[in-house]
Amino acid sequence: MSLWSVTFATLRKDIRLEWRSKDALNAMLFFSLLVVVIFMFSFDPLAEESRHIVGGLVWVSFLFASVTALNQTWARELRNQVLDAYRVSPAPANALFLAKALGNFIFVSVLEALMTPLFVIFYNVRVLGPAWQLLPIAVLGTWALVVNGTFFAAMSLRTRSREIMLPLLLFPISIPAVLGMVAGTTSILTGEESAHFWIVLLLTYDVVFTTACLALFGAILHAE
Amino acid sequence: MKRIFPILSVITAALLAYALYQALVVAPTDAQQGDVYRIIYYHVPSAWTAFLLFFINFIASIQYLVSAKASTKAAAKWIVLGIGVVGVIACFLPQVQRMLPVGMRPSAVATTVLAIPLFYFLIGRLFPGQKLDVLAVTTAEVGVVFCTIVLVTGPIWARPVWGIWWAPGDIRLTSTLVLWLIYVSYLVLRRFSNSAQTQMLAAALAVFGALDVPLVYFSIWFFRTQHPQPVIGGGGSMDPRMLHVLLISWIAFLCFAFLVCWSRFRLELLHREIEEAHAMESLLGAGAGSKASLPLSRSSR
Repeated sequence: MSLWSVTFATLRKDIRLEWRSKDALNAMLFFSLLVVVIFMFSFDPLAEESRHIVGGLVWVSFLFASVTALNQTWARELRNQVLDAYRVSPAPANALFLAKALGNFIFVSVLEALMTPLFVIFYNVRVLGPAWQLLPIAVLGTWALVVNGTFFAAMSLRTRSREIMLPLLLFPISIPAVLGMVAGTTSILTGEESAHFWIVLLLTYDVVFTTACLALFGAILHAE
Repeated sequence: MKRIFPILSVITAALLAYALYQALVVAPTDAQQGDVYRIIYYHVPSAWTAFLLFFINFIASIQYLVSAKASTKAAAKWIVLGIGVVGVIACFLPQVQRMLPVGMRPSAVATTVLAIPLFYFLIGRLFPGQKLDVLAVTTAEVGVVFCTIVLVTGPIWARPVWGIWWAPGDIRLTSTLVLWLIYVSYLVLRRFSNSAQTQMLAAALAVFGALDVPLVYFSIWFFRTQHPQPVIGGGGSMDPRMLHVLLISWIAFLCFAFLVCWSRFRLELLHREIEEAHAMESLLGAGAGSKASLPLSRSSR
């Protein structure tokens, strides 16, 4: 069994399950909608101010929302001992990890695509910098969140009260990535500074932690 | 072993008292900051000690991870040796020397790089098997305590000197805070997961944390250059008498940290021994009835 065939088989299964149930996506969407509305009442900014804070608001709401989806990533595999079956099968461990991370990446990207227009409407955002650079920041930032999130979700499976554990593990490690996303988005929205450094930082973060996740996931899955 | 411990405690207490005397009485008063600056004799040694302990934790975690398989252990040995050799040679190449910040001597950098393989092999030799994990717990816990001291004494000093308690843009302050957060989450993971896999999970998290620290440092470094920040006092040269007191203070703190780590290490070993004995008892003793006694080794030996 090759890495990619197992990866795509698992990914297809996850997407089909999500397509039929829409559990993770609905929870994430409604959650981040609530965050947007609560932020809107708490800050009530002018257009000029909102340009400076909306980068932070967007990413904080995506971060919190993605945690709700990441928590459910592995729960499905615990039922009927699917994960144990996977552990004894000859399929490579990294294929499972890649499939889960890619699945989460797709779900969080869908969430971002649906929620970004709402932010634009609620906060009257107009981009002053090069808008196309928001795309690499979104892609790299989302991957940074989900790759570590998937890994730590697998880690917190083995702990008590695992729903609380995930953010406790994920947020400290994600601080540089969150800083990169927020500062990069803000510098593009305001058009005051170049966002190049932040894109490079996010790229470095992604490369470093994807490598680390792939290197250590086998040990986590088979840890006894 | 048991006799050395009280002797070392007395020496540490004397050293700490001497360091306090040096810091409060002997060390000259700072020309600009006055007596407030004397807090650095607690702040800076705590920071160095905390970083050293986290470094040991990282090395122990790596050792624990790679020692699961013989092949990865051999590979890691050569990689660490390679890092040491390449790092030391690179420090003396003119191209690399130009990239070093001003005031950083290549020989000092080379010594630091040399510490990686040195610690790696020393720890691997002294703490075989499960003791690596015990060492990782110990250093993480004591390191968090010292890091907390740093984070508390920092604002106490910053308030009179900078005029504010906390400067979000300051690079050392913020990266120390993030480091502290990472290690607190490490301890939380250990607390919440008391299964057989805890060691492996914790070791993996420690590696993630160590990978994260340089990224945190660079991101805040760049963030800082865009934002106004308070002036950091002086920078660079320090009165040799002050440096002298600082080093005495650091030695005292190192002794103290070693003492605390040692007793915590023994406590954790005993704790695990008892747990193992209980597990054995519940395996064997269920059938044997009340006759089965705990093989609590230390007291009976």
